[in-house]
Amino acid sequence: MRRFLLAMIATLALAGAASALEPGEMLKDPALEARARALTKTLRCMVCQNESIDDSNAPLARDLRVLVRERVAAGDSDDEVREFLVARYGEFILLEPRFSVRTWLLWGAPLLVIVLGGLGVAFALHGKRTAPAPLSDEEQRRLDAILNENNKL
Amino acid sequence: MIAELSHYALVLALALALMQTVLPLWGAAKNDATLMGVAEPVAIVNLAFVALAFAGLMTLYVGSDFSVLNVFENSHSAKPLIYKITGVWGNHEGSMLLWVLVLALFSAFVAAFGGNLPTRLRANVLGVQGLIAVAFLLFVLTTSNPFLRLTPAPAEGRDLNPILQDFGLAVHPPLLYLGYVGFSVSFSFAVAALLEGKIDAAWARWVRPWTLAAWVFLTLGIAMGSYWAYYELGWGGFWFWDPVENASILPWLAGTALLHSALVVEKRDALKIWTVLLAILAFSMSLLGTFLVRSGVLTSVHAFATDPTRGVFILAILAFFIGGSLALFAWRAPELKPGGIFAPISREGALVLNNLLLTAAAATVLTGTLYPLALEAITGEKISVGAPFFNRTVGPLMLLLLVLMPAGPLLAWKRGDALGAAQRLVFAGGIALAAVLLLYLTAGGSMIAAIGLFVAVFAIVGAITEFAERVLLFRVSAGESFARAIGLPRAAYGSIFAHAGIGLALLGVVAESNWSSERIVALEPGEQVSIGSFDLRYTGISRREGPNWIDAVGRFEVRRGGVTVAVSEPAKRVYLARGMPTTEASIHTFGLGQLYVTINDPVPESGRVSARIYWKPLVLLIWLGPVLMAIGGVLSLSDRRLRIGAPRRAGRVAIAPAE
Repeated sequence: MRRFLLAMIATLALAGAASALEPGEMLKDPALEARARALTKTLRCMVCQNESIDDSNAPLARDLRVLVRERVAAGDSDDEVREFLVARYGEFILLEPRFSVRTWLLWGAPLLVIVLGGLGVAFALHGKRTAPAPLSDEEQRRLDAILNENNKL
Repeated sequence: MIAELSHYALVLALALALMQTVLPLWGAAKNDATLMGVAEPVAIVNLAFVALAFAGLMTLYVGSDFSVLNVFENSHSAKPLIYKITGVWGNHEGSMLLWVLVLALFSAFVAAFGGNLPTRLRANVLGVQGLIAVAFLLFVLTTSNPFLRLTPAPAEGRDLNPILQDFGLAVHPPLLYLGYVGFSVSFSFAVAALLEGKIDAAWARWVRPWTLAAWVFLTLGIAMGSYWAYYELGWGGFWFWDPVENASILPWLAGTALLHSALVVEKRDALKIWTVLLAILAFSMSLLGTFLVRSGVLTSVHAFATDPTRGVFILAILAFFIGGSLALFAWRAPELKPGGIFAPISREGALVLNNLLLTAAAATVLTGTLYPLALEAITGEKISVGAPFFNRTVGPLMLLLLVLMPAGPLLAWKRGDALGAAQRLVFAGGIALAAVLLLYLTAGGSMIAAIGLFVAVFAIVGAITEFAERVLLFRVSAGESFARAIGLPRAAYGSIFAHAGIGLALLGVVAESNWSSERIVALEPGEQVSIGSFDLRYTGISRREGPNWIDAVGRFEVRRGGVTVAVSEPAKRVYLARGMPTTEASIHTFGLGQLYVTINDPVPESGRVSARIYWKPLVLLIWLGPVLMAIGGVLSLSDRRLRIGAPRRAGRVAIAPAE
């Protein structure tokens, strides 16, 4: 019975999900493995919810991990591997979009905000310093009242 | 019966919310004290009715009443009591009801503790709060009613998503919502100020505690969510730049900026227009987050349900409040008088820079989250914007913010002394450099690690420097320093704690991403594996039964220097109702580091498993940092000047000598 239940857990576990990166998938050469690992962390598991293929336990992610390692072992550079995958699956697979006509606004957003914001601040500060707000009538009256009070003392 | 009564209570709450909106706003416009006075009692009664509905849903869950559709879909009779209770908000309908409850809670708090607010301001604030409540109550009642019946009633429920059957669900959503919805009060204050066309230091002093409270909750909520993901999802990551996480970090960034800019309004009567805009933006980000999560526009672990009518409804709410408030802003903001002037190098200047960097970070996260949606809608092209993008863009902005942070509190208001501040930070810089040399040279790491480590240590020691400066440490006698430390306002301690906290969090992040070790190995019983200074011996798997799950538990004896220091028991768990497997990590804490073990693919016959073992030094700092920040927030909240409230107008007071 105990055996059976454990087997059931194992089957259920396997059926629902394999798991993220498995020992058997890893490359023997530590340098190559490290490169492949870093690469897979930047590739999207396309059937998952915002997971990289390194994190994901979907069967597709596993296939892609194996594929990336094959390419790396075959001597492809990182860019070649990415190129290969993009040709097959589209830009969607890259978690870090490449700079292009389509994405310059995305990559430029932080700089744009800093520059525009900085200009806005400089403009506001400058304007403020050249033209301090004049006192309103009420403020002028209160100032006069205070000054008069002081004069009486 | 309970379901129908609760439903009815919710309908009554909607009627009350309508009253809370129309009468006080009208009264404020007509300057009618009676109409304005309606706001407080109605807000409190409104809370009572929403609470009644919420308690009703909870009762249905605890009693496993599967004739209610929502309970049937998300509960199970064998589920432990705590998850029956927390399961109330572990689904779309229930979580929206929690949203409304928290909103009613904040309105009632403003009503109960807003006694020192000017009558018109209070009426306007509560009126706007009421309007938000109307929108969300309508949303719940028309598209997300948790009290729908199901006939015939099934005998058993479908159970709660196993990932949510965790203590994290008890704390994370309520904290997050207290933060999200807390910003509604800042928003209402901003809209009220625009309606009245008046903002002054007193206004900022009223807004700040609410913003601060919301910020404390949001900080804790985000940190809690991060820790939950870390131990539950089973691969040891703590932040994934998931769109839903982004949705929570957006109001946090805007809220943090708001906290700092409200300080300038309060102390120096400057930056008023910007602060009002930030208050609007912070809550807009909360609404946007709610929209992104609840509409199903984004696929994510948090999206319980995807129903287009809901998405359209929330989008309408979003457009109404964001568009309406921004239109009001454009119309009324020019009437707000700009306040005090200051030199670029000053405390105000530093806070402006803080706002600029935080806003840029928020804009980047926002762009990154929405860009793929927009691009696909416009061109049909699909791209992904994931963690590597955000690390590369938001990372540098935050590092810049943190490296400049220690200088801010050392600059004087109006006109600061940059050279003086720099000189006072030489010590902090020296310590940071020494830390880099020491740790970086011994433990190694990338250039980015060195920069991150420097910034983290500089921020922490910088915060301590602020304390030392304030108590004149080593410059006066120890006794006098001590007396000064006691006399220091709590708000000063608040800023010191919060600034040190974010430095600590960064230190944790740097350590986690650079000095963690990881082993992914296949193990047979009896085999041994080493990581860090630990040796783990795998002894085999066994079976363990829970109320609604079965575990395959692996057992590892953990030795350090030949002595057994722990027994690690990670498991692969299967929830019977849904047949869904989860990974139960085993985590042991040593100092500030953690040993994190998970197993996969257990083979019962041979006992073979594949194990992932991590040693993460200093990892706890990632969450202790935010806790320290929250403590800072609470300290600041308890500061005398906020407790007592705003001072009376200085008209009657005798003239004080110039400082």
